[in-house]
Amino acid sequence: MPRFTPFYSRTSALCASHSWQEWSGFLSANMYELHHVREYYAIRTAAALMDISPLYKYHLHGPDALKLLNRVVTRNVSKCAVGQVMYTPWCDERGKVIDDGTIARLEENLYRLTAADPNLRWFQDNAIGLDVQIDDVTESIAAVALQGPLSRDILNALSSSPVSGLHYYRLMQTTIAGVSATISRTGYTGDLGYEIWIAPADAERLWDALMETGQPYKLRAAGQLALDMARIEAGLLLVAVDFVSAKKTLFEVQKSTPFELGLGWAVKLDKSNFVGREALRKEKKRGPAWATVGLEVHWESLEQIYRSFGMPIHLPESAWSIAVPVYADGRQIGKATSGMWSPILKKYVVLARIEPRYAKPGTPVSMEVTIEAHRKQAAATVVTLPFFNPERKRK
Amino acid sequence: MNTQYDTLIIGGGHNGLTTAAYLARAGRKVLVLERRHVLGGAAVSEEIYPGFKYTVCSYVVSLLRPEVIRELDLPRHGLEILPVDSSFVPMQASRGDYLALWSDPATTREEIKRHSPRDADAYPEFNQMMYNMGFAVKPILGMVPPDPLAPGLDDVRGLLDLLKHFKGLEAKTIHQLTKLMTMSAADFLDEWFETDVLKALTAINGIIGTMLGPRSPGTAYVMLHHFMGELDGAFTVWGFQKGGTGGVSQAIAGAARRFGAELRCNAAAAQVIVKNGQAVGVALESGEEIYAKTIVSGLDPRQTFLKLVEPKHLPGDFVHAIRNFKFRGSSGKVNLALDGLPTFTSMPDPALLQGMIEICPSLDYVEQAYDDAKYGDFSRRPYLDVLIPSTIDPTLAPPGKHIMTIFVQYAPYKLNGGWDDQKREAFGDAVINTLAEFAPNIKDVILHRQVLTPWDLEQEFGLTEGNIFHGELTLDQLFFLRPAPGWARFRTPIRNYYQCGSGTHPGGGITGGPGRLAALEILKDWK
Repeated sequence: MPRFTPFYSRTSALCASHSWQEWSGFLSANMYELHHVREYYAIRTAAALMDISPLYKYHLHGPDALKLLNRVVTRNVSKCAVGQVMYTPWCDERGKVIDDGTIARLEENLYRLTAADPNLRWFQDNAIGLDVQIDDVTESIAAVALQGPLSRDILNALSSSPVSGLHYYRLMQTTIAGVSATISRTGYTGDLGYEIWIAPADAERLWDALMETGQPYKLRAAGQLALDMARIEAGLLLVAVDFVSAKKTLFEVQKSTPFELGLGWAVKLDKSNFVGREALRKEKKRGPAWATVGLEVHWESLEQIYRSFGMPIHLPESAWSIAVPVYADGRQIGKATSGMWSPILKKYVVLARIEPRYAKPGTPVSMEVTIEAHRKQAAATVVTLPFFNPERKRK
Repeated sequence: MNTQYDTLIIGGGHNGLTTAAYLARAGRKVLVLERRHVLGGAAVSEEIYPGFKYTVCSYVVSLLRPEVIRELDLPRHGLEILPVDSSFVPMQASRGDYLALWSDPATTREEIKRHSPRDADAYPEFNQMMYNMGFAVKPILGMVPPDPLAPGLDDVRGLLDLLKHFKGLEAKTIHQLTKLMTMSAADFLDEWFETDVLKALTAINGIIGTMLGPRSPGTAYVMLHHFMGELDGAFTVWGFQKGGTGGVSQAIAGAARRFGAELRCNAAAAQVIVKNGQAVGVALESGEEIYAKTIVSGLDPRQTFLKLVEPKHLPGDFVHAIRNFKFRGSSGKVNLALDGLPTFTSMPDPALLQGMIEICPSLDYVEQAYDDAKYGDFSRRPYLDVLIPSTIDPTLAPPGKHIMTIFVQYAPYKLNGGWDDQKREAFGDAVINTLAEFAPNIKDVILHRQVLTPWDLEQEFGLTEGNIFHGELTLDQLFFLRPAPGWARFRTPIRNYYQCGSGTHPGGGITGGPGRLAALEILKDWK
């Protein structure tokens, strides 16, 4: 039995496609129209509104909240000032990634953690002996993401205090159309964008105000398919697609470390002890077994393969997420976990995990494509992530 | 001498039929001798009350080995297992709280969260751990037990395979496995959950068919045994065979017939004929004698060795081991024909009537039910495993009417003063009264009631002491110890006499495992 987010009365009225998926037990729109392309372009050229209420959200408060976070996550949360947000993964004792999310420091001793999967028990188990309270606030906080180059203008038109001064990965308290809200300059699109956190009772009021004010800015509601394209362009990994949570599998071959996922920058080995540190220290010394990279599939190569079947080139209309082999030197060197044709970049971009010695940007590799169920290899080049990184994201 | 058969199989239970099918498939001339008028042993469907088809003894399927389904092509012969996809546990008599687990993980999560947010996180992790334990132990189910102390070539090969498999497992898995093998179900679950009713429901898997309570050491392993079920490659899913579990037996019988096996009902074996230390035939109760090159017993170890053959043909220490093999039947069965559906006062959604309904409101409740049995009484308030199969397969009862199967524990075989008709009815009353606490209208809708005590199970189905697994599934009676050390490879101390029932590895439940492995060993000896 699906559950409904506080925005459901609005999202369901707009969802002409009737295409929904399950997200943590809630219904979440795949696309509002019968095709998602306009929603994608809204993210990149105007603004898009996305209901992200199903995200798991936890409040950690008490004198030892910081200690607990530093004990569990890989980043140094001591450096997170009040009003700041940090992205971080967290690992099991063997350094394998369990989940990732953001930590927002709301007050001196109050943090809000977002997560893709339930993590209450994991944090509680690690809090033994610490003076910290962990509350699951998933359902007591509703949230939308307002993303896209015009998102700032829309918020400035609505917010009691302007958001222009709000820096990347910072948050502020404000009132939007009479609704008390926390705005964080965060998102999953790699674009200029915000996430707005409110009480569920205010959900409809906020949605209506944003949609009305956003109308001249061509704001539109966007679903999962458009978001998936944006996050691939942004080089952001998706749990259960690009990697598997160490909690969700018991088989080593399916687990990954932050280094293997290109998240080494978020591992602070020099901070106080945290879950997985020893394993990660060793791994860093040894070098990770895998590297996460971007691939650009060559148009010419793809076109040639299609031509050999007497067909014109065909490009995917939405992101795919069924892993395919990546080859070099005549053998498999890894796998591509998701990919798409980027309408903005005019490039075929792919997220892949390959052997580190092939990870240098510019390295020629190839990726399996199937045409009429025939396996072929399309030429590709390793590139640095993210594929899409506009200045406006941070500016 | 009449030797038109290569093999005689005593007992047309699902394992006997499985052995028959495999041997016939290999070209042997096989005859199955079944005492009752119907094939299937304890996996039978019978129209006990006109218009109502009872799944008399066993009632759900999940442990049936996939290789048996595949190799005998059972779907072609009518195997059709329908999913049973929820569990409902009313927690208090009359209106009250409950626990409901659904096939949809998100809904299950919300429901468990209502009881404990921590347990909502722990539940999928626990299932995953058990899945992994099953993965660790499963290869054992499909192999002939090697004897670690008297290894022949096959034993060494088997031990090496096992060693290799266990070496490939994570240390964490081995640690959990060791705990599972030594702890009580309750203690083991205490390490995972804080919700009592969730622990009670899960611990049930550790006591079924066993004369132990959830707090008895050793029950954690029994729990794992029940977690090893699979359907279509998905572990730990239980299902209901269309037409009742008799349908599984019929499917295996169909396969056996297709391969040319002959299946005879109303043919009770009295004695295995042994000449010069060699089994040569079977004497029926009718006086008829049939001869064959090999004789296989699908009956339980006590019947196989202490009833069908004279002890003088067996080594003394072996007889001693079989005498000590624990049966201790602990469960009974109540089958009902219903005029309509019962109403469970605390049930939030009638869809739950199509799933398992478990009367195990707390761990204490189940342990107290065991307390009664420990001292020779049946439980005044027993644990009940209730299913209304006609909500899944409407052909079992007339339209709008239903059948209900109730597995009941505890009912000790060795009841104070022994079982008789009066006590059987008193036991049936205790079951219905317990159920009525949670579904008050049950008494109004009962059209017919069949009560089976362990004594009845022994009398009617030949299950020694009424044990549904041909002997308890505790670790001391499994693998190379089942049914006796040195005799776990389906052979017996009598030449040409074999065993293929649930009293051999991998044990009880509708698995087909013993039947298949026995057949493969018999064929090896044939060469």
